[in-house]
Amino acid sequence: MEREPAGTEEPGPPGRRRRREGRTRTVRSNLLPPPGAEDPAAGAAKGERRRRRGCPQHLADNRLKTTKYTLLSFLPKNLFEQFHRPANVYFVFIALLNFVPAVNAFQPGLALAPVLFILAITAFRDLWEDYSRHRSDHKINHLGCLVFSREEKKYVNRFWKEIHVGDFVRLRCNEIFPADILLLSSSDPDGLCHIETANLDGETNLKRRQVVRGFSELVSEFNPLTFTSVIECEKPNNDLSRFRGCIIHDNGKKAGLYKENLLLRGCTLRNTDAVVGIVIYAGHETKALLNNSGPRYKRSKLERQMNCDVLWCVLLLVCMSLFSAVGHGLWIWRYQEKKSLFYVPTSDGSSLSPVTAAVYSFLTMIIVLQVLIPISLYVSIEIVKACQVYFINQDVQLYDEETDSQLQCRALNITEDLGQIQYIFSDKTGTLTENKMVFRRCTVSGVEYSHDANAQRLARYQEADSEEEEVVPRGGSVSQRGSIGSHQSVRVVHRTQSTKSHRRTGSRAEAKRASMLSKHTAFSSPMEKDITPDPKLLEKVSECDKSLAVARHQEHPLAHLSPELSDVFDFFIALTICNTVVVTCPDQPRTKVRVRFELKSPVKTIEDFLRRFTPSCLTSGCSSIGSLAANKSNHKSGSSFLSTPSSDGMLLRLESLGQPTSAITSNSYSSQADDWASELAQEQEPDHELRYEAESPDEAALVYAARAYNCVLVERLHDQVSVELPHLGRLTFDLLHTLGFDSIRKRMSVVIRHPLTNEINVYTKGADSVVMDLLQPCSSVDARGRHQKKIRSKTQNYLNLYAAEGLRTLCIAKRVLSKEEYACWLQSHLEAESSPENSEELLFQSAIRLETNLHLLGATGIEDRLQDGVPETISKLRQAGLQIWVLTGDKQETAVNIAYACKLLDHDEEVITLNATSQEACAALLDQCLRYVQSRGLQRAPEKTKGKCRSVLCCRSTPLQKSMVVKLVRSKLKAMTLAIGDGANDVSMIQEGMQAVMASDFAVPKFRYLERLLILHGHWCYSRLANMVLYFFYKNTMFVGLLFWFQFFCGFSASAMIDQWYLIFFNLLFSSLPPLVTGVLDRDVPANVLQTNPQLYKSGQNMEEYRPRTFWFNMADATFQSLVCFSIPYLAYYDSNVDLFTWGTPIVTIALLTFLLHLGIETKTWTWLNWITCGFSVLLFFTVALIYNASCATCYPPSNPYWTMQALLGDPVFYLTCLMTPVAALLPRLFFRSLQGSVLPTQLQLARQLARKSPRRHRTPKETSAQGCLPKDSGTEHSVGRTVSVPLSQPSWHTQQPACSPEASGEPSTVDMSMALREHTLLERLSAPAPSLPTFSLLNWISSWSLVSRLGSVLQFARTEQLADGQTGRGLAVQPHSGRSGLQGPDHRLLIGASSRRSQ
Amino acid sequence: MAMNYNAKDEVDGGPPCAPGGTAKTRRPDNTAFKQQRLPAWQPILTAGTVLPIFFIIGLIFIPIGIGIFVTSNNIREIENPSKECEPYRRNEDKPIAPCGAIANSMFNDTLELFLIGNDSYPVPIALKKKGIAWWTDKNVKFRNPPGGDSLEERFKGTTKPVNWLKPVYMLDSDPDNNGFINEDFIVWMRTAALPTFRKLYRLIERKSDLHPTLPAGRYSLNITYNYPVHYFDGRKRMILSTISWMGGKNPFLGIAYIAVGSISFLLGVVLLVINHKYRNSSNTADITI
Repeated sequence: MEREPAGTEEPGPPGRRRRREGRTRTVRSNLLPPPGAEDPAAGAAKGERRRRRGCPQHLADNRLKTTKYTLLSFLPKNLFEQFHRPANVYFVFIALLNFVPAVNAFQPGLALAPVLFILAITAFRDLWEDYSRHRSDHKINHLGCLVFSREEKKYVNRFWKEIHVGDFVRLRCNEIFPADILLLSSSDPDGLCHIETANLDGETNLKRRQVVRGFSELVSEFNPLTFTSVIECEKPNNDLSRFRGCIIHDNGKKAGLYKENLLLRGCTLRNTDAVVGIVIYAGHETKALLNNSGPRYKRSKLERQMNCDVLWCVLLLVCMSLFSAVGHGLWIWRYQEKKSLFYVPTSDGSSLSPVTAAVYSFLTMIIVLQVLIPISLYVSIEIVKACQVYFINQDVQLYDEETDSQLQCRALNITEDLGQIQYIFSDKTGTLTENKMVFRRCTVSGVEYSHDANAQRLARYQEADSEEEEVVPRGGSVSQRGSIGSHQSVRVVHRTQSTKSHRRTGSRAEAKRASMLSKHTAFSSPMEKDITPDPKLLEKVSECDKSLAVARHQEHPLAHLSPELSDVFDFFIALTICNTVVVTCPDQPRTKVRVRFELKSPVKTIEDFLRRFTPSCLTSGCSSIGSLAANKSNHKSGSSFLSTPSSDGMLLRLESLGQPTSAITSNSYSSQADDWASELAQEQEPDHELRYEAESPDEAALVYAARAYNCVLVERLHDQVSVELPHLGRLTFDLLHTLGFDSIRKRMSVVIRHPLTNEINVYTKGADSVVMDLLQPCSSVDARGRHQKKIRSKTQNYLNLYAAEGLRTLCIAKRVLSKEEYACWLQSHLEAESSPENSEELLFQSAIRLETNLHLLGATGIEDRLQDGVPETISKLRQAGLQIWVLTGDKQETAVNIAYACKLLDHDEEVITLNATSQEACAALLDQCLRYVQSRGLQRAPEKTKGKCRSVLCCRSTPLQKSMVVKLVRSKLKAMTLAIGDGANDVSMIQEGMQAVMASDFAVPKFRYLERLLILHGHWCYSRLANMVLYFFYKNTMFVGLLFWFQFFCGFSASAMIDQWYLIFFNLLFSSLPPLVTGVLDRDVPANVLQTNPQLYKSGQNMEEYRPRTFWFNMADATFQSLVCFSIPYLAYYDSNVDLFTWGTPIVTIALLTFLLHLGIETKTWTWLNWITCGFSVLLFFTVALIYNASCATCYPPSNPYWTMQALLGDPVFYLTCLMTPVAALLPRLFFRSLQGSVLPTQLQLARQLARKSPRRHRTPKETSAQGCLPKDSGTEHSVGRTVSVPLSQPSWHTQQPACSPEASGEPSTVDMSMALREHTLLERLSAPAPSLPTFSLLNWISSWSLVSRLGSVLQFARTEQLADGQTGRGLAVQPHSGRSGLQGPDHRLLIGASSRRSQ
Repeated sequence: MAMNYNAKDEVDGGPPCAPGGTAKTRRPDNTAFKQQRLPAWQPILTAGTVLPIFFIIGLIFIPIGIGIFVTSNNIREIENPSKECEPYRRNEDKPIAPCGAIANSMFNDTLELFLIGNDSYPVPIALKKKGIAWWTDKNVKFRNPPGGDSLEERFKGTTKPVNWLKPVYMLDSDPDNNGFINEDFIVWMRTAALPTFRKLYRLIERKSDLHPTLPAGRYSLNITYNYPVHYFDGRKRMILSTISWMGGKNPFLGIAYIAVGSISFLLGVVLLVINHKYRNSSNTADITI
């Protein structure tokens, strides 16, 4: 099936470029008899036949198998994987050391127990995971699908797993593609179908796919039995945006296959009744699965820090063992000559040399002291993280009712990183905003129409939304039931208003609901649809309409209009047709509103075009354009533009014109089909509401806007667009070309033939910055030119106004082409299309040639509302010390306005704007900036606290630039960063490569949930885990300390006074549960306090809980405690007749009690679970001890602890020691904790005290946040003392009061010199994105902050709107560049020192 | 390998056909546990909240310490100047009984105490040999080999430990205190924990309340010196001690209790001062940046 390169024929020139050594895959229909002996390599893929022939088959079938293990392979494979962990290897090594007779400290079997226990737990977990994977695989494998059966000659139901490459599959609407399928037939008469790729890339808009050329023209139903062509395509790869191949028909004709022909596994068929296709890649060779690399295991910052400390512990262990070994050597040496009674020679009677003894002692000590490396730590951390993930997933306040989705954690082991984020990168559109584009106002021909009624309408939605919001999300703790009820009632109201349509095809639940209600359409909420027209403009439009209706049959109908009205008319025509919106009818979704026209054979040459074009007899009206021949191949390329709105594949499409496609001739079109289609059209009720399927919300917004002005888009075919006006009736425009939107050109155009004037018009819609530059130069000599100039300047003013209002602006322009011009352009365009090399570039140039000399019609302002709670969230996040970077493609004014609206920028902040058109300019600007800031900094030296760049706004950035910014930041800064985006346009910004497309770390339903995720859960996760890790270190060090001190009394012989059973199981059984519960459940600060005081988040950023210093303090305390716990029993039993284990057992008991009490000091919240586990631990210890000590009188030879515990329980000294020792050991810690809590409380401690002092205030977080201010009385209570006694708090305390209020947000400018740096990069030439990178990297400004790193990606939880990706920087804290010390203080470091030097 | 191809997505996102099915939401349960709202006691460690603990510790520990100290002081002591089997498993091709290094190093001096009366005839003080080992050790843990009539026959085929003078079946004449169940042996087999240790040697029984157990007078100690310690600088002592509920004389616990209690009390005072000084501030505790 997969042939070697030699035997492969290249399907088309473009395919040569990236194919790996030309390796291709050949697919044939499975329905055909196997090919003869002359071609044994290419065989059919049908399973039975394959087996019969005994031919080895390399193609994967569609069975999904994501399990790692089988029953047989589980044990070896799992063990193998577990031993990839150094810790496991270490523990096993230690356990095996016990088998060496000379050094064994414990019974070998017993020593293996904990390791086996840990391994077993992990193995069990892996097994369970694998089993759940197996179950889900099974479920997927047994999904049903219609597959064509050769035997039954019809489509029969098969399981997904039974599908093979070469099978023909038929799918109905809303079904999911089971494999990668080449589209051969669609119920759509145009051979199109729509798919939703949300499962793959998170984009919820519909994408168009096309039947393979040569099959779309078939009118009769596609019959798989007649399919004899051979498909050659690439070998399976993971590039979602690329597919190349060719189909070779029987007659030797070839046709190219493109991405537009391929339906990817995991996508959903939408708006199309049924499609048939042949399976190209199946199972694990599908692009979806090749892209899925499974869950990512990142290592969190905390974990890296911990691993570093584990290494310290190893070092400590080695030191202790060495010390002990030396001691033992000396001891042996000292008594060597004396032959004392207690001296035990080796078995052969000789005595060990001191050195050998020391070596043995060293190894034995390592075994005895192995507990220092906490074996249970790793397992405990995994358990705690799993529980944290569970709790985050279960948080009802992170649940979004609207989309029925809750927050999802995909990365299981970086939850605590959420508590340490320093930078947030956010996309704007769809992430901060709702991605509901609403037409807001427009200007036509220099006249502004403010659409006040429309503004009021939007305001009403805003109110309704905010009411809704008040009811829903915050009520969490109080009365959930009630709030649900009222919330739903609000929504019901919305539903009835909304004619049962749905905003997005977003979440699957929503999709389900929507499909229950009706067919859903993207971007068609009532808010987006029901636009209130401006009366003035409406009047003008209808005036146009009327006068044109009168003049329609005259020579130049448009000439009868005044220039302004003519512009108005063109403006609305452009709004209506300059897009790729597809019209569907909701009640008959299976057939488009469609009249089939006579076949037009494709045009291949200019002559052909001219020949056909001249006898034009164009009329308006619906069905009389039959004679017009449209250029089929052009349409093809047009549609390819349509379906690739993303940046990369824009001009990818290449037509291999070398192969004439006219082979598919008109004969297959039957007249019946036409009649049938016409009938359908007749039946079409006029009052049916039309649905617009738009690829982007902007387009939908404009079409809906035009509809509000009675300029209704009624149908769009691949070659025509029909517009209906009240008086004019239906106008059908011949669609000659569509030059799709791309992010580089930032515009799109349609080339049409105007039915009224019979002229060829180009309508262009695009970003104002681009379109304004493409306008026809107007001379200021004649009046018209002056008028035009005036119009332009007016329009520009309005555009600025719109932008200042935060609207997205688009310019609409028109160009009238003469036939000669068009013919000339067409020729070059066709050449470009047919050019084998550089055709993307050529097509791009071709588009530029067309979109020039434009005539400005007007501009629109589209509003994209902020999501609920975005300003509050951003304000809180900023208070939390997070630096937020927004990367957007909007123009500067719009972006700045939105930034103010969402509190990214404050009005009292200084904003530094950098606009540069080149590297040099940019560098120079930055340099100036630096000096400016420097001077300011000097003036305000006393005030500067930490004013770095507070927020950065990058506007006008293409996705490519976004990704470059991010990459740069990642490479230069080393901080904890998080990237958030909604997937539609952030893939290139966020993703690291194709692999990441489907894997994000967290998926959040709405932006505002980020606040709770970070500030609450992130903080908790971090503080819990940090404390737990510290506790484990403490626990093990303290325990090992006890053993170590004993060595001084036993000649460093590595004996232990603690029975080996306790020694081995202590960590695992007796002292493991309570810290786990604390690690899972402890809330260092109550939720409401955390949320009302976001600045508490900084403790995580500053690593306050777990610093190297904290670690060493912790270790010192552990040493002290072990010393106390050893010496008190020692002294208490000094010179008594106590035996070894009767003395050791109290020490274990004391240690256990000390651990629990220590944990008690560190636990901030005591739930019943904490009490129970603590009690359980003590009980378990005594039970085990009693049973063990009673079980066997003569077992466990070296220790023989028979009846020890029982005897101890009758000994008062035992109780007296156990009572006093833990108290004595913990006194210092308790004292210093409370002292610090009183004298130098940290922010967290203050918050805890605050919550305690005013529990009532904080139990109603909703009220607090609604009022936006912390208790009023606190300001007065404050009065004295605080600032005096607490050096940590800054003089700014009084001004911080309002910081809790979203309204009065922001840090006072008197304290922080908060600057928002806006970074504006404008690339001059799109073809030179590379130079911009140096621009950035030359500017070292980033490098002096501390760090940022990679980001995550979008998608996967496909239908949730946003995902966040918390991530770790690659290094630890970065040293500030000392070379920059010339800049005063830390504040201004952001503005480069070295960059200027370097660039000059 | 695609390990986590999200099956649920495919399945859940599948044909949302069944219109009748009630939409099951993914709303998480609003339980106190899942929402992390479990009621909890939240102690806050500040001088104010903690200082009672210090005082309580002080108030409890000091009396205990005094009690212990006093008890310990009532204990009167009269000091007199005084592993497994390998490599001690076999000797001269016979198994050693009892084997092992611990048994080999058993203390085997004999101590006899005499009261030198007026008639200058030393009166031996009766030293009870039995009752010095743990009951469980003597009755459960240690057993003589079964069978045979005499102990000697039961230990036939074994040899004595290298350092011993007598074989194990000749440790005592009392058959109930001979062989492995010899209490001196059992006591020795409970390995001492620390280098300086005591072993219970004999009990001096009080005959009646009327007569003092050891009446005032001159005593002589007769030591049969078998156990050499001088060449590893060891020392031997014989201690005559009364015993109480807390074992032998050790003033440490009492002192430790008093010390810890006092320290705690002192720290409590410190915290009291601090609390007084900082009370205002902690009452108006507020979070600042």
